[in-house]
Amino acid sequence: MKGRVHKLGDDINTDYIIAGKNKRDTYDPQVIAKHLFEDLDPTLYPRIKKGDIIVAGKNFGCGSSREAAPSVIQAAGISAIIAKSFGRIFFRNAINIGLPVLECDTSGIEDGDELEVDFSKGVIINHRKRTTLPAKKPPQAILSIFREGGLVNYLRNHKQFEFELE
Amino acid sequence: MGKTIAEKIFSTHCKKDVYANDLVIAEIDYIMAHDGNGPLAIDIFRKMGGEKVFDPGKVAFVLDHYVPSPNENVTRIHDTIRNFAKEHNCQLYEVGEGICHQIMMEKGNIQPGGLIVGSDSHTCTYGALNAFGTGTGSTDFAAAMLTGKLWFKVPETVLINLSGKPVPGVYAKDVILYIASLVKADGATYQAMEFTGDYVTAMNMDGRFTFSNMAVEMGAKAGLFEFDDYTRDWFERHGINLENEPVKSDGDAGYSLMIQVNAGEVVPMIAKPHTVDNVSPITDVLDTPINQAYLGTCTNGRFSDLEIAHRILKGKKIHKNTRMFVAPASRKVYLEAIKVGIIEDMVEAGAIIIPPGCGCCVGACNGIPGDGEKVISTANRNFKGRMGNSKAEIYLASPATVAASALFGRITDPRTLL
Ligand code: SF4
Repeated sequence: MKGRVHKLGDDINTDYIIAGKNKRDTYDPQVIAKHLFEDLDPTLYPRIKKGDIIVAGKNFGCGSSREAAPSVIQAAGISAIIAKSFGRIFFRNAINIGLPVLECDTSGIEDGDELEVDFSKGVIINHRKRTTLPAKKPPQAILSIFREGGLVNYLRNHKQFEFELE
Repeated sequence: MGKTIAEKIFSTHCKKDVYANDLVIAEIDYIMAHDGNGPLAIDIFRKMGGEKVFDPGKVAFVLDHYVPSPNENVTRIHDTIRNFAKEHNCQLYEVGEGICHQIMMEKGNIQPGGLIVGSDSHTCTYGALNAFGTGTGSTDFAAAMLTGKLWFKVPETVLINLSGKPVPGVYAKDVILYIASLVKADGATYQAMEFTGDYVTAMNMDGRFTFSNMAVEMGAKAGLFEFDDYTRDWFERHGINLENEPVKSDGDAGYSLMIQVNAGEVVPMIAKPHTVDNVSPITDVLDTPINQAYLGTCTNGRFSDLEIAHRILKGKKIHKNTRMFVAPASRKVYLEAIKVGIIEDMVEAGAIIIPPGCGCCVGACNGIPGDGEKVISTANRNFKGRMGNSKAEIYLASPATVAASALFGRITDPRTLL
């Protein structure tokens, strides 16, 4: 996947991604997507174009277990998230819904850069800066969920967890 | 090689010897969802082709986040859960029973040595009962409901060794906020925490729940305690039979990090807006005016928390510029507090009692602060917008500090009222 970068800082929590109050009345991510990052930067959502990539510092998605957080990011058209590290539950949730999340040192990536991401190999190319960044390669278990578009499809097809563990 | 509590619990739940960083598929003992994430989980369960839950006796739903329902949309969400629970014969805890985590523990759904997943990040609270509770999102929850299993990476463990004697006016919440200031909001990410040491063995269960509850605020997957006489007594008092062997870590277990804390030197602490690790001693923020005080949540809404606040409020009047909301963590806690007169005295003092549940913790109902207002709360999170208004500021503190601050309308050191 290829996309333009929206650069965010450290410790972006799930309340900044989507505040609890917005998901009280509905859990349809399309409906609440307009509130994405509202309390962090209200001008961000209108700037997101389909395929764009979020790049953040450490601990992205810390806080609540709300799956709305990655779902709304996905619904807004974001194709991948790259961060120094992720909140644990956010990371799982993103994998489960088939939203690519990769860990790498993001300090050299800037707002507006063009990235090309190979999720299964864990390789990121920064076209504007002409650099290649190594990311942590996802384990097989994660890739097998991912290949089928997320855990919903995976379990619909397999009924049980069947993947090889390393 | 010796094992940590986490490694032992995962080993028994995947029936082989596993260690930190192994990827495993483990059997789950109990799964829980609430009205905040449950409906999405139900939807996903159906999309997975789910027709039957793997074991209805091991699945519970709790209505606690948006209670009583503030509008018809929320009522519809509650009904979705009610109908699903009925159709699949799962346990349903209705509006007014209390906060999901308190209910899970009080109703006997958590056993020592168990592996529990909940659609809520504070599922780690069960660590105080020597169980590995951990939060998941709705898709994981649905997968667990369908298969009774989930994939995990066995976490490394951070060992926190606490020495020192308890100091009057300083509570478990102060100590865990102090630990958060050392470990930071991401210091234990992907890892478990184990709490041990003289200070811990002398700690009552409500204090341990506060500790375990806050583990996720440092990124941890679980916040574990060993089982001891206090734990046994807690199970007995709640009339819960022990069905599982408790789990102890081995002397030669491997830890990713060990932190020594002298809890005897900790003073009342405050987490300032807008992160839980933005912690300072109360003396740095004394006299900050407070518009709203909140006593409750799965961190500090238990009987001893109410008791501590009551000692400060009894026979006094809450400041005229401050609203104080109190939400007992469960119906059981509420009843106990009524029976000993705590609730009556609190109402006399001017507090507003809201039904057992999450109250205004997550900003969906029951007391949303105004623009520019300052809130002092016993909750676990003070993210901007957490309580429903991003223009409000949230300070986190112990029940004693919250009660003392409500009384004077400004941040007040509870040690001055002892
Ligand atoms: S009391 Fe607050 S932190 Fe605890 S479960 Fe409810 S909303 Fe979450």
